[in-house]
Amino acid sequence: MRPQSETDQGEIIHSENMQGGAHWSLTIRAGFTLRLTDIEGGANVGMLFYNPANPLERYNAPDTLKCQHTFKLTRGNCLYSDMGRIFCSIVEDTHGWHDTVCGNSTRASLKSRYGSLTYQHYRNERAQNGLDSFLVEAAKYGLGKKDLAANVNWFSTVRTDIDGALGFDPDVSSAGARVELRFEMDTLVLFHTCPHPLDPSPTYSPKPIHCELFEALPVAEDDFCRTSRPENGRGFENTELYRRGLSVSLPSLGGN
Amino acid sequence: MIKESYLAPDNAVYRQTLEAGDYWMYVVKKGQVLRILDLEGNQAADTLFYSAADPTERYSAIDTIREQGNVYLTAGSKLLSTENNVMLEITADTCGRHDTLGGACATESNTVRYAHDTKYMHACRDSWLLAVAENDMHGMSKRDITHNINFFMNVPVTPNGGLTFEDGISAPGKYVEMHAAMDVLVLISNCPQLNNPCNAYNPTPIDMLIWDGTPA
Repeated sequence: MRPQSETDQGEIIHSENMQGGAHWSLTIRAGFTLRLTDIEGGANVGMLFYNPANPLERYNAPDTLKCQHTFKLTRGNCLYSDMGRIFCSIVEDTHGWHDTVCGNSTRASLKSRYGSLTYQHYRNERAQNGLDSFLVEAAKYGLGKKDLAANVNWFSTVRTDIDGALGFDPDVSSAGARVELRFEMDTLVLFHTCPHPLDPSPTYSPKPIHCELFEALPVAEDDFCRTSRPENGRGFENTELYRRGLSVSLPSLGGN
Repeated sequence: MIKESYLAPDNAVYRQTLEAGDYWMYVVKKGQVLRILDLEGNQAADTLFYSAADPTERYSAIDTIREQGNVYLTAGSKLLSTENNVMLEITADTCGRHDTLGGACATESNTVRYAHDTKYMHACRDSWLLAVAENDMHGMSKRDITHNINFFMNVPVTPNGGLTFEDGISAPGKYVEMHAAMDVLVLISNCPQLNNPCNAYNPTPIDMLIWDGTPA
């Protein structure tokens, strides 16, 4: 049985709706949870993760997949940086399969599918694409094309057949579907609500999401994500070593 | 898809052996054909490609996978850049399947995958970092180290979303060959991994061969 949300007790410190085709970024502290809710159903949330203290450390989809022997992301999985540490754990997921290998829509891909939906004519209903969204948010932190990597696409499911052929699952996420990310280290999060690049929708119709931030319960020794695989136990140990290092060095930094 | 090459090794304009644990960084010119040859079988050639004119444009696994609609690489696969331009096309392949999901080994990820005491063992990403540091004329750094191809590796995806690491389907003398559609800076780490049964815990050398001219 799926337990109740592990973070229900936390007081919500911030919540907001994010319209479809939008982008945002923020630094989330270790020990906080971001809950994303698909308001209408069929949402897609592209997301990238960086260490704000050293953005050369970034989300690494290959490391994340191979160390957990998974192609999909769901509850129990941890999202790893290239440094063997865990940015966040998926502590709740009512959807069950999230993509991290298909990347983003682009200006060219949306134009070829939907024609030219320019700002001049459509104002903020224009066609915004995932790649440009990431470039804009990344630039706010001095990051650029070289810093982008394979992203997560929350709420979008892409399956493969026995020959490896990809298929976008038309059974899209339901209204009210939610995923909860508990951050295990301070993390810069870039995200957008542009359509999945394989979304076959005949019209450009990005869906809104609801975002909530709240304090997580302490990670227990028998935490589901920590114990879902022995690899994750070592990933938590790597992350805890890093966090302890930070806490030791902070007073000397603050004394300058 | 198994597709043999008509190119004769005797006609190659370049041939170089790369031992396990070393890197190879070399520009393959537009129109040239690069072959990577698995000399002893089940070796992993962890490979990155960059536009030689501007390394900011680089091989993109996610764009390649999405646009070809398949997670495996073989003859006919077009290797796309982050700008969705074709960098190379695989024109011959006697192995039949290559991985671009599993990424490269790193000292840090080895601690997660295997054990903390693997931290000081050699790994592909160390070879790449040494390559970009030693070849600073390209203006590259860790920012440029990204999601690669594992030539000769077999990493099947299961229908229920699992990822498995199967014994290699390569063998001594198997090769993959690709035609460059632009001047491409190639960076290969010949994988030193000693913890993965895929290579029978025995990393072995590979050869790179280059031909001028375009295949028929």
